[in-house]
Amino acid sequence: MLDIEDLHVKVGDKEVLHDINLHIGEGETHVLLGPNGSGKTTLLMTIMGYSQYVITEGKIIFKGEDVTRMKAHERAKRGIGMLFQRPPTISGLKLGKLLTAISRAKSENIPELARSLNMDRFLDRDINKGFSGGEIKRSEVLQLTIQNPNFIMLDEPESGVDIENISLIGNAIGSLLEKDKRIVKRQKSGLVITHTGYILDYLETDRGHVMCDGQIKCHGNPREIMKDIKERGYRECLECRNP
Amino acid sequence: MPQPVKVPEISKADQERLAQTGIDLSLQNRCGSYLQMDQDIVHSECSEQGIEVLPYKKAMEKYDWLKEYVWKVVSPDKDDITKYVAAQKDPKGYVIIAHKGSSNIFPIQACLFLGREQIQHVHNIIIAEEGAELHIISGCSSGEKVGHGAAHYGISEFYVGKNAKISFTMIHNWSENIEVYPRSASIVEENGVFLSNYVCMQPVKKIQMYPTATLKGENSVARFSSVVICPEGSYMDLGSRAVLEGKGSSAELVTRAITKGGTIISRGHIAGKRASTRGHLECKGLILKDGVIYAIPEIEGSVIGTELSHEAAVGKLAREEIEYLMSRGLDEDEATATIIRGFLDVKISGLPEALQKQIDASIDEAEKSGF
Repeated sequence: MLDIEDLHVKVGDKEVLHDINLHIGEGETHVLLGPNGSGKTTLLMTIMGYSQYVITEGKIIFKGEDVTRMKAHERAKRGIGMLFQRPPTISGLKLGKLLTAISRAKSENIPELARSLNMDRFLDRDINKGFSGGEIKRSEVLQLTIQNPNFIMLDEPESGVDIENISLIGNAIGSLLEKDKRIVKRQKSGLVITHTGYILDYLETDRGHVMCDGQIKCHGNPREIMKDIKERGYRECLECRNP
Repeated sequence: MPQPVKVPEISKADQERLAQTGIDLSLQNRCGSYLQMDQDIVHSECSEQGIEVLPYKKAMEKYDWLKEYVWKVVSPDKDDITKYVAAQKDPKGYVIIAHKGSSNIFPIQACLFLGREQIQHVHNIIIAEEGAELHIISGCSSGEKVGHGAAHYGISEFYVGKNAKISFTMIHNWSENIEVYPRSASIVEENGVFLSNYVCMQPVKKIQMYPTATLKGENSVARFSSVVICPEGSYMDLGSRAVLEGKGSSAELVTRAITKGGTIISRGHIAGKRASTRGHLECKGLILKDGVIYAIPEIEGSVIGTELSHEAAVGKLAREEIEYLMSRGLDEDEATATIIRGFLDVKISGLPEALQKQIDASIDEAEKSGF
């Protein structure tokens, strides 16, 4: 599904990602771990195609196609989607209107889908304006449900979400990633950033990666890595790989 | 049912230009109309009980008491424009009277069309008597063939009686050749509400206006909203002013201004002259192409117990917002237009749905061409 080869990324004059290599197969969901500021969000934004992240070397191959030089909307059209941790507030733009624009006149039942995520009361509200943490995440999941990407990046989907909402969001993300389907039938792939790991209770993940200083330093079983980090902290976890 | 307005000598293109200002010549969803082309009054009638739409001259002949309402809130000596109109021997324009307790669900449309003359002048008087509710949409447009330097001078005097309400929605669709000088003012009595909405999405050579609402009565309310896009070569000097004189009176002045190379001067002034009054002024500007947005918000409090505030901001489209929408599959132009459409979206509380829709439609029309 996604292949990243020797990727180097600059923001302004500074290189922020160094020599990233990552392979995510069809139907797989990977977890991206790492301390604050390690470059996890930067990697996701780069894959999405945000223009401030300039790829200086390397390639991003998506479903066999080189998307390295494509703009965000071209990547979105090919099936890349992202749940943002802190999406912008856009004054005057109603959530409902954005959903209609995303659906591209497909016969999606927007009010019905909104109701299933408890967002029906928000269709007439300016997007993200005055939304709580949980509401922002529900709005993001709702947008992604309509967008229906094949590869979904999730930037801390549980942050700011209360306990009551985490199962709603977790289950909705689970079905976006076709976790309800048998492995052989599963075609959607994902890449999740999490700090707490709570979201992993709703998503079985296949592989974990740990980032530090703009590099992926280690790969492995996600639960094992998570456990290691919880017990020893990032410092020691990374030291074991970088003596 | 009112008969459709018969308009002689107006080309299909000009009819479309009029339609863009919300003027519906078939009279659907309108309870009355006034149509003046240059200095000719083509149509003037209203089917709503208790509401009259009369040509200025006819109204003066019919009601002697109207004299009291002429040049009362706008001074004839204010400037060259008012002096010019005051000096006319054959004054044109309309008088709309909503008699005590009357109301219209469908708005009255007033259409001023400048076809070939150099100067079109009007003097309008709009009265909502006690308890009346009056909604007007005023569409102003000019013909394709109108000459360079043509001008429209419009005096409008509004009287909002006790417990009465007037909403006045003005949509302009002039052209690069035309100068427009509205001069209008209103007086709002106890519990009265005055809503003034202005939309201009099309080029104009120059427009200059600074309508004033004097909130004389206790708990009276005024809301001004302006939504404008100023292309290169246009000069828009726009303002609105509210004078809070009545106890508990309040005013809100909201502007959304976009320059695409033209000059916008966005003035606003709220004077709090009485205790328990409130006023808020908000001007947001977006520069899409080098031009000028000069916001001059003024708040002037002179007594204890008046609360006034303002916010003004001029900026650019946020890259982050554009890319957020692009990540959802909208291309850059679609994303940009969607954000601009949102920026221009000002919902006016107390405005009938039909009028809000008309405002939305004229902005949507501009969106179709990507602003």
